[in-house]
Amino acid sequence: MAKPNDNRAWLMMLPVLAVVGFSAVIPLMTVVNYSVQDILGPDQRIFVGREWYHKVLTDPELHGAFIRQVIFSASVLAIEVPLGLVIALSMPLHRIWSSLSLVILALPLLIPWNVIGTIWQVFARRDIGLGGVAINALGIPYNYTSNAFDAWITVVVMDVWHWTPLIALLCYAGLRAIPEAYYQAARIDGASSWGTFRHIQLPKLKGVLTIALLLRFMDSFMIYTEPFVLTGGGPGNATTFLSQHLTRLAVGQFDLGPAAAFSIVYFLVVLLFSYAFYLVMTAGDRR
Amino acid sequence: MESERDYALKPLEQVWNDGGAYALLGPSGCGKTTLLNIVSGLLRPAQGTVLVDGKDVTGASPQARNIAQVFQFPVVYDTMTVFENLAFPLRNRGVSRDQATARVEQIASLLELRSELGHKASGLPADVKQRISLGRGLVRSDVAAILLDEPLTVIDPHVKWLLRRKLVQIHAELRVTLVYVTHDQVEALTLADEVIVMNEGRILQRGTPRELFERPAHTFVGYFIGSPGMNLLPCTIDGHFAVVGGRRLALGPVCDRARARGGTTTLGIRPEFLRLHPRRPEQAASALEAVVIGVENCGGHKIASARFGEQTVAVKLSEEDSIEHGAACWLEFPLPWTMLYADDRAVA
Repeated sequence: MAKPNDNRAWLMMLPVLAVVGFSAVIPLMTVVNYSVQDILGPDQRIFVGREWYHKVLTDPELHGAFIRQVIFSASVLAIEVPLGLVIALSMPLHRIWSSLSLVILALPLLIPWNVIGTIWQVFARRDIGLGGVAINALGIPYNYTSNAFDAWITVVVMDVWHWTPLIALLCYAGLRAIPEAYYQAARIDGASSWGTFRHIQLPKLKGVLTIALLLRFMDSFMIYTEPFVLTGGGPGNATTFLSQHLTRLAVGQFDLGPAAAFSIVYFLVVLLFSYAFYLVMTAGDRR
Repeated sequence: MESERDYALKPLEQVWNDGGAYALLGPSGCGKTTLLNIVSGLLRPAQGTVLVDGKDVTGASPQARNIAQVFQFPVVYDTMTVFENLAFPLRNRGVSRDQATARVEQIASLLELRSELGHKASGLPADVKQRISLGRGLVRSDVAAILLDEPLTVIDPHVKWLLRRKLVQIHAELRVTLVYVTHDQVEALTLADEVIVMNEGRILQRGTPRELFERPAHTFVGYFIGSPGMNLLPCTIDGHFAVVGGRRLALGPVCDRARARGGTTTLGIRPEFLRLHPRRPEQAASALEAVVIGVENCGGHKIASARFGEQTVAVKLSEEDSIEHGAACWLEFPLPWTMLYADDRAVA
């Protein structure tokens, strides 16, 4: 039987193209537009070509923010993914207790992001914050407003507190989806609990972990609100990540051209990293 | 308050011999899988003991028992190759690499998996995966019994019979005890030397396929095995006669024993044994008059429905038998095949 060949089928794509156009392509194009011009006033603009890109890519301040960003994302991923997995594995199985744990676990996810920053800003203060006062009382000098290392620790701990529950929830759902027969077969085959984890749970969680890793990477790489409220990027530039640097450029200094060029580069970096993660995580399936 | 209803299995005692092939047959939810999981050690019975070779293993874990189990849905380890899958139970038990390789190759030949050994197990079709699961049970040379929990459920019909034949062949070659759980009577009757029929947590009868067919010990066995199942007719006892639908059938001294047992009495006869005569037969005492109300052509044979009083019975006829819808006829109940049940249990 010959396949019907009708080019009108492409018309079915129009609604999607329209939605994607309005939601992504057109806004992105305005940014592209800014990134290649120097806009001096409403009617005064000069085409500058790649100049802004060149300026942005050679900016040492941006390099600093980029390196800090990579270190930050790497640290939170390295902590949150294994920790979330361990929490999911140790969740109680009994109906009431598992529901209760899920609710408690999900609480940080329900708090608005700027409130998270505020909570930790107060919590970590050395004069009135419960956490800050307690740490200093233990004899450990701690002050996140003046010590760069303390500020880093605080931002990372805050992010872990905020987002590990998401990983744990995803992994918990993934674990519940594994049929009981796999565990029974593993017991009969004499598999150790490590063997069960390595050969059943981990492979079956691969899809969920890929999603979790990608979500957390993208979110952490674009983090803005919480460190902005908590440390304001300080002390100095110690916790200034890419988004905050961008905001300073665009809103603070009103350098729209470089900010737009930076946005494009930023977008491409997130896209590239995500794609690389995805390729690595799914490499086994294509073989 | 605990009552019998709280238990998935009611008290039972079974002895399964080394090297036998057994089928646990029963409808869904009758306790077959529970019984199987107790034997393999996945479940621990609330009461009672499990003995293997006279040794109490009730508290022993599945890995401590030399029993393998194959599940309804094929379980393979996705990240491993077929070879690694088959070697997994051996490696977990500390068997050396060389010994494991030799054994895996032997079992792979038996299961016709040799060409698949180097492949990833994840992308294979269901019947191959199910052979891998079976292979993981067979590789352990110490394995005394393989328990199969409806292993052909997800297999395509055209490869089902191949796999079934493979099982029979493996059983013949390795003489390993097989316990096969199924709700399909054809599978049970073709695979097993002995079939154990279960319902509602009880074992109703254990016997060869022939015994189950000819002498069902319980009305459920008569009804569940056979297609169509046994005709079961409520009756009363009057002397040496059973009274069915207002008609009298001479059954002889069995009636005395049924009366001694008490309870409600039921007459049972398989459609295959019931005889249909156009005229009054010579053995008139064991026959009664009826009307044919339907004939169903089933390919090689016919199933006629006959009615007398309030009762309808099915009669199996050969293809050549010509019988008219609405015709008057005589139904003969041959004495050796006519069963009498008191409270659903056969009266011997």
